Formats: sequence, C-alpha cells, structure tokens
Amino acid sequence: MITRLFGFKGGVKPESHKNESSGTPILTAPLPKRLVIPLRQSIRSTARCLVEPGQKVLKGEHIGEGEGGLGTSVHASTSGTVVEIAPYPMAHASGLETLSVVIEPDGEDRWIDHTPLDLRTVSREEALAWLRGCGIVGMGGAGFPTHVKLGGGRGIDTLVINGAECEPWITCDDRLMRERAPEVLSGAMILRELIGAKQVRVGIEDNKPEAIAAMQAAASGLGDAIAVVPVPTLYPAGGEKQLIRVLTGVEIPQGKLGTDFGVQCFNVGTAHAVHRAIRFGEPLVSRVVTLTGNVARPGNYEVLLGTQVVELLELAGPKADTNRYIMGGPMMGTELQSLSVPVTKGTNCVISASPALFPPPPPELPCIRCGACARACPAELQPFELYWFSRAKNFGKAQEYHLFDCIECGSCAFVCPSRIPLVDYYRFAKGEIWARERERLASDQARDRFEFRNFRQEREKEEKAAKLAAKAAETRAKLAESGEAPAQPAEAEDPKKALVAAALARAKQQQAAVTPKNTDGLSADVQAEIADIDARREKLNQQDADKAP
Amino acid sequence: MLTALLIMTGIAIVLGAALGYASIRFKVEGDPLVEKIDAILPQTQCGQCGYPGCKPYAQAISNGEADINQCPPGGEEGIRKLADLLGREVKPLSEEHGTEKPKSVARIDEQVCIGCTLCIQACPVDAIVGAAKQMHTVVAPLCTGCELCVAPCPVDCISMVPVAATVETWKWKYPVHELRSAA
Repeated sequence: MITRLFGFKGGVKPESHKNESSGTPILTAPLPKRLVIPLRQSIRSTARCLVEPGQKVLKGEHIGEGEGGLGTSVHASTSGTVVEIAPYPMAHASGLETLSVVIEPDGEDRWIDHTPLDLRTVSREEALAWLRGCGIVGMGGAGFPTHVKLGGGRGIDTLVINGAECEPWITCDDRLMRERAPEVLSGAMILRELIGAKQVRVGIEDNKPEAIAAMQAAASGLGDAIAVVPVPTLYPAGGEKQLIRVLTGVEIPQGKLGTDFGVQCFNVGTAHAVHRAIRFGEPLVSRVVTLTGNVARPGNYEVLLGTQVVELLELAGPKADTNRYIMGGPMMGTELQSLSVPVTKGTNCVISASPALFPPPPPELPCIRCGACARACPAELQPFELYWFSRAKNFGKAQEYHLFDCIECGSCAFVCPSRIPLVDYYRFAKGEIWARERERLASDQARDRFEFRNFRQEREKEEKAAKLAAKAAETRAKLAESGEAPAQPAEAEDPKKALVAAALARAKQQQAAVTPKNTDGLSADVQAEIADIDARREKLNQQDADKAP
Repeated sequence: MLTALLIMTGIAIVLGAALGYASIRFKVEGDPLVEKIDAILPQTQCGQCGYPGCKPYAQAISNGEADINQCPPGGEEGIRKLADLLGREVKPLSEEHGTEKPKSVARIDEQVCIGCTLCIQACPVDAIVGAAKQMHTVVAPLCTGCELCVAPCPVDCISMVPVAATVETWKWKYPVHELRSAA
C-alpha cells in the first residue's frame, strides 16, 4: 500500500544516539529490594489507598482506587508485604513528595488470579471500565488515562499508533516493536475496535528499520485496515499533533483535539499494555525502560513499576564521571532531583549524563533576533516573541502569542545561537499563568462567599425583626380580645417597644388582679392600727408638701 | 428665520428624547470602576486596609478616600495593577497596614478548641464549621488566610500555617543564569 505522507513545519535533527541501547534484547530487571509505588500514576489524579501497612499483597492486587474523572487504579507490582504508606519523592521536576505504598517483595512474584476479558460478550462501557481497573494510562509520558481518551471517541476515522520515538537516546518503544510486534498490533486492533476507527496507521521513524520490518511482518496477516508507515526522522515527529499531521495531513488548530477531526493517537507502549489487560487480564505493573548514556551496560529492561532509579542504575552501571541523571529524553526530560524516585507508568528512559556527553550549556547571550527558533518551531509559533514576553513577565501578551500551543519540545532552544534556555522561560510563564488563574478562581469564590455571608446576616436580622413584629401583633390581638386596649397603640410600628408595652400592661393587670394576702381578714385592732399609721404618713406627706414651696 | 428656529428646536427635541431614552435604556448599574478595582483586590476580606472588606476598600479608592497601597495580601503586584488601572504612580506598601506574607491558612488545634463559636462569627467567608460546645475546624480550601479568627479565640488554638506547594501548584522558577565575570 502506498501512503502519501505530509510534513510539518520546523523540526530539528539532533544526533540520535539510538545505537547505544538498541542492540540488546529487553532484559527483565531482577526483583528490587523494595518497591515505592506512588498513588499518583495518572495526570492530575491521586488514587485512594486501599491497603494498610502489614498487609500481604499479590502481584497485580488492587492497592489504589482511582478517584475522579481522570483517576485510574494502581496495583501492586509484585507479591510481598506493605511496609509503609508515606510520602516519597516522585519523578517530577519539583522533586516534591507524593503518597506512595512501599512494598517489600517476598521473592515469589506470585500473580493474583486474573482472567482475560472477552470483548464479544461485554459492552464498550464495560471494556473501558476494565481498562480503568487495569490502570492503563498513556505510556508516552503524560500519563493521560486511556479509557478517557477512548471514551471521547465518536466518529473516529483513523487511529494513529505512535511508534515514532523521536527523542534521542530512547529506544524502549523500538525494542518493544522489534520483540513484541504481534502483541502491540493486537493491542492496536483492540483499541481500534473500542474506538470504532476504520483504519489504523502505525507511524515509525525511518531510523528504526528493524522495528518497521518486524511490525510490517506482523501486520501482513491483519488485512488492509492496518498500515505500518515509516515516517522521516525529524524531531519532534513523535509529538501527537506532528505525527497526526504527517500521517493524515490533518492539522489540528488551537484548542481542538484530534477527535474533532476523526483522529485519535496512542503510544505503542499503551497498545501493548491494552493487549495484556484485555487478552490476559493483567493490570499494568511493569514497563520497558531504557538505561543509557554514560553507563557500562546500556540497554532496555522490563522494570516493575515502583522500582527506585538507584536500584535500576546498578543494572546499567553508571561510569565514574556521571554527574547527573535525566529522566526522559535530553530534549524534554527533567533532571532527577533524587535517585530514590520510582519508575512510574510514564518513565521511558533514564540517561546518565557526564560533562563529556552533555557539556554544560555555554552562558546565555542576548537574543540577536535571527529567527532560527521560529523556523525550527513545529507548532509554528514565534518563540522569540514568547521569550521576550515571558522574560518581561508580560503574560497576557505571551498568551496572545499562543504560549499554550507550545509543546515544550525544545527545538527552539536547540537551534538558538545565543543558547537561551527558551523552554525554561515558557515553563515559567505557563506556571505563573496557571497560578494566577487558580488565584483568580479562589478570590472569586471568596468574594461570592463574603457577599453571601453579608446577605445572610442581613436576612437573619430581618427575619428576627419580622418574628418580633409577629409576636407583638399576636400579643396585641390577645389583649384586644380580653377587652383591654393596648397601652400605647401609637407605638405599634416599633415591634420591640410594642412588646415591652404589652409586657408592662400584662404586669399591671396581674398586679391589679392580685391583692396582698397580709391585708385579708384582719382583726379590728390591727385594722385600726393600720388606719392610724396611714393617717400619720398622710400627715407627714402633707407637712413635706407644705415645706417644699 | 422662523423656519431655522423651528428646525433647530425640532433637532433639539429629537436628540434630547434620544439621549433621555438611552440614559434609561443603557443605564449602568453601580460604579464600573469599583467593580474593576474589586476584581484586582485579592478578596481576602481581612480588613487590614482599614475597611470592612475588599468591596468597601474598592469603593474608598474609587472615591479618592483611600490610597492604593493599603492592601498587604495584594502586595507589590496588586499595587502595580491598581496603579495601572487608575493611572497613578506605583508606591511601596504602606507599613502601617501590614507587610506582605506568604499565603497561609488557619488551622485549629482540635485538642484545645472549646467550641465557643467566636471564630465562626469572625470568619468573613464562612470557612469554619462547628457548633457551640462542639469542636470547630477550618475548611482549608475556602480559607483566605485573613487571620481574623486568630484574635477572638479565647484559648489561642488557631495558628496560621503557610500553604506548601503540591505537584499541582508547583511552579517553574524564573530562569536565572550565572553571568560571566568580565575578564
């Protein structure tokens, strides 16, 4: 089948350095001494822990329940005992900690009972829930849950399987395609069935001829619907939008997704994981990781999720002059802050860097407005404009120049003759804009709550006044019924005063009704005495009154 | 002469009617400037500016009663934005109104709380839950860090805890690179 290919603008050709690690087959890494499995395995979502310290778990046992729309399940990578549930550093540029389950392996590596899922007997929703339960996320790095990507698919025409692996040094997808091509394609066919795509296109950069040959051989038995297409080697051909453009000619505009144009894209690693999850019922507990760079034994290893990088590096044997470690590729990867970080679902490569292999960047020079970055940008942005605006913290302008279309591929910084770390500026600007957005949302919420509180206090005051008025009216009505006019009807407008007046009237009434007991039934003598005293008091009062004027 | 006068009068009446209609039809509710100032203020509702909330302070700025440098939670950047909006000079934060602090939230020591409800009444955004003689607690995501609940507490069980960065809120720093020393 002859397929027409398209191109994307820009792109760079860094030295590929694939041969260092692509020559040896994938080896299974030995069981580590302990596994640190972060509960945060998919983007923007941390799973709820289901186990407690001391509990025995089997390989593939459910230890974290995904929460929210982007949540996926987390599983134990081997059998053993949960020793701790505590925050541990995660593979993130910040080096921050996240809640993790620490498992001490028992050495048996015993699987939990698992059964395959027969796609013919279940609905699409059930199959997607199955993938969620198996913890399947995008294995290209971002960790976007696969069931969410599949769930959004309606009217998908083309399913793109991303085997481009355009970053230098990384070869994990290359080896996976060479050795497990039928399984990858089986996963691709499952994905195709679940999303309802008419055709599948597997894009592989043409610097991986063995992988292309293996995949084409495996695809030959699957009919016309699936095509393995070699694409020109040009970084970043493995970017989602770039690969879709190369394979289908569809250019996805700002703010749109591939699904809006009938295209969806998955990584080959994801396809492989989907195959294991559906055909064997195995949750995602391991992945292929490339160990390369300044090491004695570069290669690819099948690594259990949660294996700490420090244990992993022992397999490859970093040389003495290694000064730092990069997780991911040299273009987009992040420098590891600590070697105790574990391998997660998105970890594709650990590069040991030495000053000889990765010389420290020369000092940054002023921008000379040469425009090389704009020619290299695969997103067709104006990187120098974005740089000036980000540097000046003029974030509104940076957004006007479509900062958020930047995929942080690093092509602009790669070609910059002044060696300006452009991507660092874009990341800074993006972070600031997000922080501002969060602050704005929080302050809007605070304003609403403050205004509602004021409204509530006002309402409570009114309600209290209304209650008082109602009570006053009731009392007045009662008084009127009993034949006595209210003391001061003129004050009826003020409910409080009316109440007081009513209470006074009531008291007076009571006083009038009750005559003092000690003057009842007195003898004549006592009566006379009282009269005498009264007369004297009257006389004294009279005297006082006479004196006064 | 008479025709000219009539024409002029006619035009005056028609235009007057149009203006009168427009002033009713397109009436602006409230002062739009106050809304704009209020949007810049951080909505902490802390009262450090000397006004009972952000809206009254915005009103006071708009009326020319208050200066633009009285809001410590808004900090330097808030002052800069206000100066931009109002076309005034940027000035440093007024010291008598407080200093800029990192964002914190209140935390109630639940062992010590006696359930007096004084902090609940003081909270401007209803971010404290509890009832009389029951333990109280702060709903951290809603807390603006205004510190208004700290003073009324009779047992001093409320402390302000700085908000730590999480993976979601962590930001890349401004790139700083070493300068070459002039040889």
